[in-house]
Amino acid sequence: MTKSELVEALSKGEDLTKTKAEEIVNLVFSEMTNALANGERIEIRGLGSFKVKRYDGYSGRNPKTGKQIKVKPKKLPFFKCGKELKERVDI
Amino acid sequence: MTITKANLIDSIYKQSDLRKQESTSAVESLLEIIKHTLESGEDLLVSGFGKFCVKDKNMRRGRNPHTGNGLMLDARRVVTFKCSRTLRENLNKKKK
Repeated sequence: MTKSELVEALSKGEDLTKTKAEEIVNLVFSEMTNALANGERIEIRGLGSFKVKRYDGYSGRNPKTGKQIKVKPKKLPFFKCGKELKERVDI
Repeated sequence: MTITKANLIDSIYKQSDLRKQESTSAVESLLEIIKHTLESGEDLLVSGFGKFCVKDKNMRRGRNPHTGNGLMLDARRVVTFKCSRTLRENLNKKKK
């Protein structure tokens, strides 16, 4: 399923126009992006939680050429599946 | 601070012309669609955010870390999340 199909399903299920449904979907994901960009945690009961992990920089190697490179510090988001989703997805 | 479902509903309410009740209903409905999709084994791709993948894990031999006894872990199905390049760039943007 893609975002546009998600919009379509929401518009049908909630009797909203496509434009409105799209606005809602975009708002939800942009709010979540903003929260993570501010370093905040997100917890949605039943779905799961997101948190940002920080990694220090390190010097690594390009595995193909063997050339030494510096890897800059970075932040990456992590998702932990919630209890309800975990139980529903598992067979 | 932790962002919860209530915060999401609140921002929908403030930023769209939906009523509180409608915002709540829309968010709940959206989450249910997401869960239902993953439950059916279908991946969910949200461009600009990331991809929720459903993965089948094989049965494997594990160990009880407390007692050290070996045991078999059943095959299971799990949800993984892969962040999109856009999300990653947003997280690593320099502040201000």
